[in-house]
Amino acid sequence: MTTTGLQISVKKRQGRFTLDADLNLPAKGVSALFGASGSGKTSLLRLIAGLDKPDAGHVTLGARALVDTQGGTFLPPSRRRIGVVFQEPRLFPHYRVRGNLTYGMPASARPRFDAIVKLLGIGHLLERMPGTLSGGEAQRVSIGRALLTDPELLLMDEPLSGLDGARKQELLHFILTLVRDVNIPIVYISHDPQELTAIADHLVVLEDGGVLASDALEKVLLRVDLTRQLGGFDAASMLNARVVGHDRDYGLTELALDDERRLTVPLHDAPAGTALRLRLPARDVALALAAPEGTSYRNRLAARVETIAPLPDDSTAVEVVLALGEQRLRARLTRKSRDDMGLEEGQAVTALIRSVAFDTRWR
Amino acid sequence: MLSPAEWDAIQLSLRIALSAVGWILIPGIAVAWLLARREFRGKALLDGVVHLPLVLPPVVIGYLLLVSMGRRGVIGQWLHEFAGMSLPFTWQGAAVASGVMAFPLFVRAVRLSLEAVDPKLEAAAHTLGASRWRIFLTVTLPLCVPGLVTGTMLAFARALSEFGATITFASNIPGETRTLPLALYSLIQTPGQEAAAARLCVISVIIAMISLVASEWLSRNARRRMSERDGQEATP
Repeated sequence: MTTTGLQISVKKRQGRFTLDADLNLPAKGVSALFGASGSGKTSLLRLIAGLDKPDAGHVTLGARALVDTQGGTFLPPSRRRIGVVFQEPRLFPHYRVRGNLTYGMPASARPRFDAIVKLLGIGHLLERMPGTLSGGEAQRVSIGRALLTDPELLLMDEPLSGLDGARKQELLHFILTLVRDVNIPIVYISHDPQELTAIADHLVVLEDGGVLASDALEKVLLRVDLTRQLGGFDAASMLNARVVGHDRDYGLTELALDDERRLTVPLHDAPAGTALRLRLPARDVALALAAPEGTSYRNRLAARVETIAPLPDDSTAVEVVLALGEQRLRARLTRKSRDDMGLEEGQAVTALIRSVAFDTRWR
Repeated sequence: MLSPAEWDAIQLSLRIALSAVGWILIPGIAVAWLLARREFRGKALLDGVVHLPLVLPPVVIGYLLLVSMGRRGVIGQWLHEFAGMSLPFTWQGAAVASGVMAFPLFVRAVRLSLEAVDPKLEAAAHTLGASRWRIFLTVTLPLCVPGLVTGTMLAFARALSEFGATITFASNIPGETRTLPLALYSLIQTPGQEAAAARLCVISVIIAMISLVASEWLSRNARRRMSERDGQEATP
């Protein structure tokens, strides 16, 4: 293998907590580390960044060993070429924004300065002192500062956590723009499932210092056994769609999932052809054996039952994974409905979609 | 306005106090950093030794300096042999005595401000590619400027007022080691010199006030830089 991305195999004890993780993260796109607080996300990030040493194991980025306890290798954080965006912006209070941005900037990154400043919308802040910035502005500067070190990998530790709703959306938008425009692998830590469906390509689920799952986002979201970790009642799956056209009269937008399947959603102002990520909570998907007439459900999708599994924490419900052509969708039913309908694996059904949430993620 | 003897004493005092502060600056920062940031065996001992001049009578310090750095002392012999230097009864000796007495005050002030620097900022600098040394010079030290100013001022004031260790180690030689306090002491010992003693007393007060105001201005400036808003001056 030539480009291997990030290989992690580490053990570290911290008091009563033990982190024991074996992971292979892709060399491209956004890998999200997801888990409740105390699951080991931040400990893992610190080991990758070099801020802590593992008791045993190794971390390899591409062909470079960052740490290897057997070979006695330990690169300090300053030599890892990994940018870190912390929960708090951690700007240097005695430098202006410009000084913060250029603090770790090698000459090779100088030509990119203007582009990154523009991308993050911080051009008007350059001469300000960090103490005068809002939380969102400061976090954008700290993202810019990390990017301008010309890193081979960017680590982001819940960068939205200190912000309120509107600011959060705004910064998420900036981060999504960055993911689209800057070709650099990102490891993104979060405990918010919605944030993850918006941003991640690869999802790692951590619990009590161990890895429960590490796979493509779509696949992990279909893991019924991880429903509790993935949001419980709010667990959702993800569909990729493309804008087909708009009906401005009714205020609707038509989306295509594939050649056959169409969805109508409230007007979403994006040009035809735009690729979108849709987040569909499992509880908002209902099933019918035959396409019903005269219902208010606008969205009916031909589907086939792939698997039916009981929910781990709720004996009254079952979770159905549906195949919609190449894509997969989760639906949650009561056990009684399943029995009344006589639902079986392989059966053709119609999925009725009650609501759709958007994550405007361009590909 | 000033008599030659007074002028001598003032110049000598300033020269001795400034060189005392000068030579403790770097060792003081180093020791403060060790005490603030490092865990090592013997840390309590180092802490104790640094603070000795604060708790011992200055005369004892002067005596210890004489024993160690006098002609027959271990350090004194070495200095004489290799550098041709002799400290007792010289203004350099007075500077050493003042510096030793001022050292703990400087270390305490710098240590406090080092402990107040957020290690998270240093970790961030480390991930931005900065070496330990660069982090120290560009993040840690600049954020300690208020503490450095306070420490320097305290050390300077302590060095100016130093009496006991100086007179024991460097003696009271006019034009060489007779600083303001020593000159004042000599005048008090001499009958009929009350007016001259009062003059020196006033001069001491003036010098102390000037250095206080200067240090206050410096540290306020340093703090203002960090809380500046849009180029306007913030209220301190």
